[in-house]
Amino acid sequence: MNETEFPVSLPASATSAAQEPAPSPAVLSARGLTKHFRVGGVLSRNVLHAVDEVDLTIKDQEIVSLVGESGSGKSTVARLLAGLYTPTAGQIRFRDRPLSRMGRSEYRRHVQMVFQDPYSSLNPVFRASHGVMRSLKRHRMAGDRGSRRRQAVEILDSVGLVPGDEMLRKYPHELSGGQRQRFGFAQALACRPSLILADEPVSMLDVSIRIGVLNLMQHLRQDRGVSFLYITHDIASARYVADRVMVMYAARVVEEGPTEAVLSRPAHPYTRLLLSAVPDPYAPDTEAVGSEVSEPPRVVNPGEGCRFRWRCPLALDICSRVTPPLEAVGPGHFAACHVTAPSGGHA
Amino acid sequence: MLSDGPLLEINDLVVDYAGKSGFVRAVDGVSLRVSRGEFLGLVGESACGKSTLLFAASRLLSESAQIVGGNVIFKGRDLVVLREKQLRHLRWRELSVVMQSAMNALNPVLSIEAQMLDAIKAHQRMSKRAARARAAEVLRLVGIDEVHLKSYPHQLSGGMRQRAMIAMALLFTPDLILTDEPTSALDVVAQRSLMVQLKELQQQLHFAVIFVTHDMSLVSRYADRMAIMYAGQLVEVATTRDVFDRPQHPYTQGLLEAYPSIHGPRRELKGIPGRPPDLRFPPSGCRFAPRCPKMMPVCSQQQPGISSPRGDDLVRCFLYERDGVPGELAGVRD
Repeated sequence: MNETEFPVSLPASATSAAQEPAPSPAVLSARGLTKHFRVGGVLSRNVLHAVDEVDLTIKDQEIVSLVGESGSGKSTVARLLAGLYTPTAGQIRFRDRPLSRMGRSEYRRHVQMVFQDPYSSLNPVFRASHGVMRSLKRHRMAGDRGSRRRQAVEILDSVGLVPGDEMLRKYPHELSGGQRQRFGFAQALACRPSLILADEPVSMLDVSIRIGVLNLMQHLRQDRGVSFLYITHDIASARYVADRVMVMYAARVVEEGPTEAVLSRPAHPYTRLLLSAVPDPYAPDTEAVGSEVSEPPRVVNPGEGCRFRWRCPLALDICSRVTPPLEAVGPGHFAACHVTAPSGGHA
Repeated sequence: MLSDGPLLEINDLVVDYAGKSGFVRAVDGVSLRVSRGEFLGLVGESACGKSTLLFAASRLLSESAQIVGGNVIFKGRDLVVLREKQLRHLRWRELSVVMQSAMNALNPVLSIEAQMLDAIKAHQRMSKRAARARAAEVLRLVGIDEVHLKSYPHQLSGGMRQRAMIAMALLFTPDLILTDEPTSALDVVAQRSLMVQLKELQQQLHFAVIFVTHDMSLVSRYADRMAIMYAGQLVEVATTRDVFDRPQHPYTQGLLEAYPSIHGPRRELKGIPGRPPDLRFPPSGCRFAPRCPKMMPVCSQQQPGISSPRGDDLVRCFLYERDGVPGELAGVRD
């Protein structure tokens, strides 16, 4: 596969997943996932397109990263996948079973979510371990209180909250942001899920401890076989943990593929812009960018056409008439662009 | 630049917050100089005191915080002892502040123009026509069409609101602009364009900037020097190039190790284990010692003093103390 072209030293698990000849089974897949919101007054016919026709597949032990700026729809995707929103159109399947035919509680046991803000996601009047204990009680009937405690300590250990038995007694106000977020992961892990949807789990944490949480995701994938959908606006951190990235712009996926392929050969002009904007202290001093005034994309009644065309340096006439579909530009690498990924051919 | 001395000189500044369980020393003996036209990046994690330092220097601290020591000399005057009335003559005209969240800093029920005219009226006598012209001028400076003078904050994008804040700070072409994480709510593309713009304006109008941020790489292209703060103290000050190429303090080295890059080989990073100390009970020795990979026995017993390995630079670490006399402020002021 493409790994041969990039002599990168990945954590062992990242390569092993990719080297498997047969495609590993999908944990979760979505086809044509769409979410529209009506906005404005009661009589308003304005429709905000939060997510449009998103297809995605997350395999066993895979970390997929969904990257995009605020308002691109990436959090809505997470909420749809978590069952917090009902999709306007499209279908979600868990291990090939449609979500609509699964009980809510069964689905929740398999697919868990970790939220962005570790300060508001733990209830201050309960011990931080409350969620872990509750989840153990609700989702795994077996065991008495003592064995639940032992399991909780083991889970806290696995997310780096040590010593576990001491951590079990802590209240949220006694914890740092990083520890709170680790409790978020512990809570998600308690019911042994197959997939964790992590919506910007490190963006509110201090830089010195972010890496620790990203490494935690790697370890959990490796040791506990959990898959992740890692949602972020920080493409460098996506590169650090993810096997595949999906780039969203204005409710649509504009590019997706193996992480290194997308980052080293970005096909969509938006991905290129995004990568060029990442501050890099060690890059050669050849910055020739002006202060481009970036307009936010139109997602209310967007109509036909590529949604990036207003900002795109390559835009053609066709871009305003026809919405570009995702086309292959390399093995497993797709982009939605009339110019760089024209249909029927490779760029 | 050298002839008329520094524009801003902070000497041994100490700021305390009154808390229920006693005082918290948020800024502890910080000394820093900023020259005319200089771009200084003030970097640190949350609660390290970087914003408190900025607000103390501009005398905008909240009620619970108090400057209990040191001084802030701005253009020859000590801001710490100035009264509100005297400060008003300096603020906006010679020194202005761009707050973190433009969303909250702009008044949602007033147009951009009304807010600008308000600021002008409070600080200078100017005819309404001249004030309007000036408002339009500064808005054009930051790349916003003057039709937006009549716009309300909610009609502008996040990037434009932040630009409008910078425009307001430029109303009187001050000598110094203090900014507190002005880009933290923006996506990377808008972030970069704001940084490029700020740098262009700075080169054009020659003001100095103190740019507070938690993200070292963000200011790496724009800052002349960087000051790294940890647990209320400066741990390293050096030129931006030196900070990235030859970081001295183990904390700075750790911070640089905490960022994944989009280039080069993918490798496992370690970050910095542990967490910053609770400032209600600071460690007796070096504040970074509990997390430091290079900790020595002396580090947990005594506080390291400040040494200057190169010129105006400083580092607070026993590894660099020349004479081995801890606690001495050797070389900080020369």
